[in-house]
Amino acid sequence: MTAHTLLEKETCYHCGDERHTDEYQIDDKHFCCQGCQTVYQVLAQNQLCSYYNFNAHPGETRKRSDKRFEYLSEPTIIKDLIDYRDEQITVVSFYIPHIHCSSCLWLLEQLNKLNPAVHYCRVDFLKKQLSMRFDHRKLSLQGLVELLYDIGYEPLISLQDVIKKNNSSPKDNLVQKIAVAGFCFGNVMLLSFPEYFGLTAFEQNFKHFFGWLNVAFGVPVVVYSGWGYFTSAYQNLRNKVLNIDFPLALGIAVLFIRTAVEVATGTGAGFADTLCGLVFFLLVGKFVQQKTYHHISFERDYRSFFPVAVQVVKNGVEKPLPLAQLQTGHRMVVRNNEIIPADAILLKGEAMIDLSFVTGEAIPVHKTLGEVIYAGGRQTGQAIELEVIKPVSQSYLTQLWNNEAFTAKQDNRVRTFNEEVSKHFTIILLAIAIGSLLFWALEDLPRGIAAFTAVLIVACPCALALSTPFTMSAALSVFDKNLFYLKNTAVVEQMARIDTIVMDKTGTITIGNSSNIQFNGVLSAHQQQLIWNTCSNSNHPLSRMICSYLGNQKPLPISNYNELAGKGIEANVDDDQMIIGSADMIFGYSTKITGATRVHVSQNGLYLGYFAFHHQYREGMDNIPKLSDNYDMYLLSGDQDHEATELVKYFRPDAMHFEQLPQQKMDLISDLQHQQKKVMMLGDGLNDAGALKQSDLGVAVTDNVNNFTPGSDAILDGRSFSKLPQFLRFAKDTVKIIHISFLISLTYNVIGLTYAVTGQLSPLTAAVLMPLSTATIISFTSLATHFAARKRRLA
Amino acid sequence: MSIIYFLIGCSVLMALVFLGAFFWAQKSGQNDDLYTPSMRILLDDEDELPSRTDKK
Repeated sequence: MTAHTLLEKETCYHCGDERHTDEYQIDDKHFCCQGCQTVYQVLAQNQLCSYYNFNAHPGETRKRSDKRFEYLSEPTIIKDLIDYRDEQITVVSFYIPHIHCSSCLWLLEQLNKLNPAVHYCRVDFLKKQLSMRFDHRKLSLQGLVELLYDIGYEPLISLQDVIKKNNSSPKDNLVQKIAVAGFCFGNVMLLSFPEYFGLTAFEQNFKHFFGWLNVAFGVPVVVYSGWGYFTSAYQNLRNKVLNIDFPLALGIAVLFIRTAVEVATGTGAGFADTLCGLVFFLLVGKFVQQKTYHHISFERDYRSFFPVAVQVVKNGVEKPLPLAQLQTGHRMVVRNNEIIPADAILLKGEAMIDLSFVTGEAIPVHKTLGEVIYAGGRQTGQAIELEVIKPVSQSYLTQLWNNEAFTAKQDNRVRTFNEEVSKHFTIILLAIAIGSLLFWALEDLPRGIAAFTAVLIVACPCALALSTPFTMSAALSVFDKNLFYLKNTAVVEQMARIDTIVMDKTGTITIGNSSNIQFNGVLSAHQQQLIWNTCSNSNHPLSRMICSYLGNQKPLPISNYNELAGKGIEANVDDDQMIIGSADMIFGYSTKITGATRVHVSQNGLYLGYFAFHHQYREGMDNIPKLSDNYDMYLLSGDQDHEATELVKYFRPDAMHFEQLPQQKMDLISDLQHQQKKVMMLGDGLNDAGALKQSDLGVAVTDNVNNFTPGSDAILDGRSFSKLPQFLRFAKDTVKIIHISFLISLTYNVIGLTYAVTGQLSPLTAAVLMPLSTATIISFTSLATHFAARKRRLA
Repeated sequence: MSIIYFLIGCSVLMALVFLGAFFWAQKSGQNDDLYTPSMRILLDDEDELPSRTDKK
């Protein structure tokens, strides 16, 4: 017995999961399941066992997996997946969620040892992406994916491919632009120094030479690096919007023209270094603001949740069919753990549908023959056959995406502080510039023009343009470190404005699938064994949970096994008659119990007690009531209200809404918005997709960021759920930091303006002021953000 | 002092060569994945297989 318990605590050599059996064993290595053992065998045969030397237990558990890749031999599907194909070679990239350690990297780059038809394979670790080139005459795409599957790296293939989308994003050559601006900036600085330090009469020849060189360096900076500011300013003017790009473009233009004129007329050295520095810093700011999470997609919709193809039965033959071609009347086969992609009628088989992602209902639902099953449900148990009654795009679930919230442009987003300020800033700036022009022009026109241009140069809102990107990127990396991934920097400001928080229940505040089981009553070891034996024959999720709760038990002979759908199980185990099931089954009448789901047990007609399944709330739910001081809290659940009594701890009774359909959730959010509330929605499933989109800030909560999450503004890892109040406060701090840094940059502008309005701005002053203000802003924002994060205990 | 013209010409030319090299590196995708090579270099070579399969 001791040996047995010792073994029980041991882990699987392949995946590191806890192992309940010593059945699977080769080469003194133990495995948790057949799948893990098979992977090991494949690797051992090919002498690739170094895989296990780099990291302990690098594999992924294979307990639940189905090998179904027939659809990959359909030419229409292949065409959409591959990057390139000629007569011989196919190039393809896959997203493989399991890539997580150096072993993965090593093994995946050894693919040609497993199959010589693979010519080339390269892993991009951060993107979790594998690019391969292979000879498709020797190895089909299906064969390649099966090979990957066999070594434990199943690629995620979906209609809305993450990789394809990232690759297709337009390239703006920002890095190249920064390189050119930096290159010119460095050279111009070098050439400007002699002028600043003063040239002797003997060296005056150089002055001209350096001046023209400076102008020459200015040309690529304006025409290549800085061109984006001109086009953006022009477009905004056409749309009658004054944004920060206008004064920036004006500043760049004035700097360049004045430099060229001064050099040409020999009146001065010009401001070439200020010009290059300005463009360089602006572009760096832009670069910093672009934060991309390669492995996360914020734009997912139902297409990335649904399979690429379904098995369709035609004349008794099963054939894979691309989802897009699925039509009303088709008969499809859906196996264990597969998703039903369209509304359909159940024709054959025992349907036990897990709808947690669609409706929020936590416990799988039993469906009888002839019943309509809505798209998005996941079959658990045996294979079922269904007849499609609506095309994929018009099913109950997917029609949510036809709603106006998805088609209409987002105009409920508030304008950012930067946009708001730069409008006024531009007007004031122009007023001062024209004022100083008019003031001096009456007596001295050249001085007037000098003052006019100097104002535009000095007040060019470089520091202002940089304060937001640098603060936000620092804030984003703080959030990122705490497993909270924001779509872009504007989301931080959005978050600071929130005054209402709406939460979904299943999967958001409860932990998906794992319920706490408790047995009310006393069970002997033998009785536990009896219950385990009874339940181990059933595929019902509650039976499985009971089995895993009771742990590993010895099998006993079973007879007269009978499972009554929706009620329970009766069976003769050994010599005892066991009945396990609902109150209806045991007592003959049903009771409505609130709080938890119960499964009752009786042995030989003697009542033993019941299992209670409590939903487990996420860690940090205790922080939620604290939020209600500053925020209006609501709960929106697709589930029934049997947990209402437990949830009263966290939410006001009138703020809890149960049995909400996706459309109702969305409407409730828009009702709140009509009351001038800024709503943050936390959800996890497809049923929340509409509400997430409608809200001012949609946050998808997930236990694994690589899993499917509905389209949202931010993705929160479930482990950081407890930090939600800190996140909200930190977002407010960040906005405060932006305000302060704006004041600092304004101070610099005022100092510069006092020189500028007199018309006597020396190039040296401008050359010192600009980088100085930039350096101040960058260091202030990063330090202040760091301290704010420390204060909120997020650093 | 006319040598300055020549020297500055040289320095600008060299800087342009470096800029061109950077453009080339960027275009040929050398900067696309800056993380994976750092892991790849730490992996030992093939021949150090576990003793069990040392027939190779």
